[in-house]
Amino acid sequence: MTQTPHISVKDLNVHIGDNHLLKNININIPDKSVTSIIGPSGCGKTTLLKSFNRLLDDIPGVNISGSVLVDGENIYNAQAEVTHIRKKMGLLAQRPFPLPMSIYDNIAYGPRIHGTKSKKELNELVQHYLQAVGLWEEVKNRLNGSATALSIGQQQRLCLARGLAVEPEIILGDESTSALDPISTKTIEDLLIKLKENYTIVLVTHILRQARRVSDYIIFVYMGQIIEFGPTEEVLLNPKEELTKEYVKGFIS
Amino acid sequence: MKIRLIKDKVIGTGMLTFSILAVSMVLLIGIGLYWRSLPILQHHSIWELISSSTWRPLKGEFGFLSFIMGTLWVTGMSIAIAVPLCLLVAIYLSEYAPIRFKNFFLPLVNILAGIPPVIYGVWGVFFIVPLVQHYIAPSFVDFSTGFTVLSGGIVLAVMIFPLIVSIIVEVLQTIPKELKEASLSLGATKWETIKKVILKKAMPGIIAAIVLAISRAFGETIAVLMVCGNVPISPKSIFDPAYPLPALLANNFGEMMSVPLYDAALMFSAFSLFVIILIFNIISRVILQKIEVKNA
Repeated sequence: MTQTPHISVKDLNVHIGDNHLLKNININIPDKSVTSIIGPSGCGKTTLLKSFNRLLDDIPGVNISGSVLVDGENIYNAQAEVTHIRKKMGLLAQRPFPLPMSIYDNIAYGPRIHGTKSKKELNELVQHYLQAVGLWEEVKNRLNGSATALSIGQQQRLCLARGLAVEPEIILGDESTSALDPISTKTIEDLLIKLKENYTIVLVTHILRQARRVSDYIIFVYMGQIIEFGPTEEVLLNPKEELTKEYVKGFIS
Repeated sequence: MKIRLIKDKVIGTGMLTFSILAVSMVLLIGIGLYWRSLPILQHHSIWELISSSTWRPLKGEFGFLSFIMGTLWVTGMSIAIAVPLCLLVAIYLSEYAPIRFKNFFLPLVNILAGIPPVIYGVWGVFFIVPLVQHYIAPSFVDFSTGFTVLSGGIVLAVMIFPLIVSIIVEVLQTIPKELKEASLSLGATKWETIKKVILKKAMPGIIAAIVLAISRAFGETIAVLMVCGNVPISPKSIFDPAYPLPALLANNFGEMMSVPLYDAALMFSAFSLFVIILIFNIISRVILQKIEVKNA
């Protein structure tokens, strides 16, 4: 890897109850590029992703050891402030979950929490981030309308804009297009490719073609372990490991 | 083959019939109460009955205002105590408490719901009434017997507590985990997430829980009757006694039936209670619908 890592995972182990979900994970996620985590269902992709912004904390019976360094700072350090860590990362979930408020308030929610009060500033932020995800023209006349009235694809873009509005450095996508139609999927994919200029993007996906279309690097996870990590073309077309080969060919899923 | 289809029809119609029967009970009870209170309505207008607070059955003066006010005061008091408490308990149980604690605590709460009202009444008389009389009331008023709106409110609050808590916990658990995560991942704290997202999303359910509890509180009789003092005067403060409608009915039904119109007057009190609960339910339904439209 020529690039400096943005997220560095060292000896990460995650147990929930008696299940050993992630085993000795060591990985460096490169800065300003798209990295996809692929692997069969239940292999720990999403757990790995959520360990990056400490969303695992609230699961009952969870036990996490090892470290995750973001910008050199261990987020599992006792002193680390969890809201500050999460603010650095925007999360785009499997299905869009707009907050139960208006379109405007959905975007303004994050900035307001972090202290932006001026109406003018908020207006600008809302417009800026809605434009960034190409939603402004579609919703500018109904900013005070309910966010749930939008189509699923629009909602997902709204959620992306909502995440960007807290000015993160990293975008985490958890199968973010799995509920979307092909056109909305393409819109989101194009957005992600555009956004990687300024953000480090980590995606979980089970669609190999999508991983190939958008990502620069691929992590293949199987049974809670990282089997292979490398540039997209290398992992997909010329995998070194037998397991990766089988997965890419579709023998295991 | 034919028989299967006939079975299907029979079951369907059967269920419809029973549903209609059950629902028509509401109507039948309403009509029945109105019919039995007709004699008094022929002597006095409804407005006269509900706006006067003179209660002298022997002289033929029946004013229900103090009873209606008594009902409203005691119910209001209990809701004012129970709702904030229940909200905090429910939020704690569903969002903060370790699973083991929750699994231990929730069944305990439900046991509270199963205790017969008369036991709450006794508990109220021996514990809450002296507490109010000796420790709470003296800091506010010169004299109080302890048999007050406040005592009734406290006892009622404890009685409706399990109902509200278990419904709200249930409602909070239906909120998708991802919605919480969405708010958390924006850097919101847990409390911010609860206040601004979860409670907002759960509002219709919370209101439904409170409505159910209020309906229950309106009708609660025996426990309230034991601790409220039963003085037919409209309460002016929470340290005054009250005489709620159900208590009036339970205390006097079957006695003094030789007094003219007395029977009809008691039926009218039951009818008023029925109407109060009906109106209240309609209003809350309208509010619920407004919220659901806004949130959807």
